[in-house]
Amino acid sequence: MDQPIIRIQNLQKSFGTLTVIDGLNFDVAKGEKLALIGPSGSGKTTILRILMTLEGISGGRIEICGEPLYHMQRNGAEVPADEAHLHRMRRYIGMVFQHFNLFPHKSVLQNITLAPMLTKGETRAAADKRARELLDMVGLADKAGYMPSQLSGGQKQRVAIARALALQPQIMLFDEVTSALDPELVEEVLEVMKRLAAETDMTMLLVTHEMGFAHDFADRVLFFDRGRIVEQGPPKQIFTAPAEDRTKSFLRKIIAAGQRV
Amino acid sequence: MGDWAGYLTLILQGAWVTVKLTLMGSALALVVAFLAGLGRISHHAPIRWLSTAYIEFFRGTSIFVQLFWIYFVLPMTGAELTPMQAGVMALGLNVGAYGAEVVRGAILAVPRGQHEACIAVNLTRWQRLRHVILPQALPLMLPTFCNNAIELLKATSVVSLISLSDMTFQAQVVRSQTGSTLMPFVTILVLYFAMSSAISFGMRRIERRVTRGLDGVR
Repeated sequence: MDQPIIRIQNLQKSFGTLTVIDGLNFDVAKGEKLALIGPSGSGKTTILRILMTLEGISGGRIEICGEPLYHMQRNGAEVPADEAHLHRMRRYIGMVFQHFNLFPHKSVLQNITLAPMLTKGETRAAADKRARELLDMVGLADKAGYMPSQLSGGQKQRVAIARALALQPQIMLFDEVTSALDPELVEEVLEVMKRLAAETDMTMLLVTHEMGFAHDFADRVLFFDRGRIVEQGPPKQIFTAPAEDRTKSFLRKIIAAGQRV
Repeated sequence: MGDWAGYLTLILQGAWVTVKLTLMGSALALVVAFLAGLGRISHHAPIRWLSTAYIEFFRGTSIFVQLFWIYFVLPMTGAELTPMQAGVMALGLNVGAYGAEVVRGAILAVPRGQHEACIAVNLTRWQRLRHVILPQALPLMLPTFCNNAIELLKATSVVSLISLSDMTFQAQVVRSQTGSTLMPFVTILVLYFAMSSAISFGMRRIERRVTRGLDGVR
């Protein structure tokens, strides 16, 4: 197997005295689509936030494309990463949030072009052209001049996906991207993600409560509980023949809540 | 009554001093408010301490005392200031301390998700502030800035203590020369009100401009 694009070794994360992630290890292969499922508070969102450098780590090591994320070399010794190192590493990673977090004072087009122009020095013409292609891909070609407040939740989330894609990251993180949406708007966002998964070789990590989507979308499903991986495997195995009791009881509750698997 | 035109000229000369003090004092206050307000949320501890010390000192002592120190004590260290410079400095530093807290509060009021989105699209700290955070914080600051500017206008009358002939000082001169209280004080009442109305009007126009596109967001 090639070098993993993400390697997490003995990761620790606590908030004060609360340990959220406790000695976590896993690798992600390039191009792999991973679904992280589990009860709330199990640490799955925290993992995405740590990968996006929104939270620091309390211990352990993460490598992205073979380079340490939270460590760097200085005078031959490995020291904690500074802001410049984090800035350089963030090029590899993009993220889509549960609550979209679009920039409300920028138009849809500007939301997408802002970062490429500022961080990659793209010209306005080049950034605009690419933003329009991305808007076309997410089915919002006619909304370029709109302000975010004029869009529905599903449309906002599709703009947010386009914004993250504009930087051409190798890894995309999706943090419960449909949880804040009205039920009838969920499908249009999932549709975009399915196309993305099918048409690109981007590595994708997805935290979700949509078990049906996780089943169709993922190459591998990780079931988390209390900051550890309880069970992992292909979706078919996890959803139809889980080995662990905790996985079974979690899936039972989800099915009881009316979700298709 | 024929002398009244002459006395009015005196008061108008004072009004010009008041306008200059207000404009320059506000400009200084604005700059200082942003420096100290951003300083208070800086990642560097010494900058934070320095900003906090400045804010607490200038909010915690009276503008009279500050003016006296700047005009009478500072020259002992070799920094000679004209009355106008001392007045602008005292007013600007005093009101800037209040403004700094407004800047800090408004920046902290921008939702955390906006900061996180900036990190996710890999903007640098300065780019985050310049392109995302400040444009959303500015509309929150303006109503309080408007209050501060009007407070500053009204505080300008303290400068007569260091021999500047501002509008209130000139009214006193007219009163002592004519024995009439009503005329000079009705005049400056109207003038102060006109000036503060001009500030309010100007601020509302700026507010309308910077909140464009943000309607429906808050």
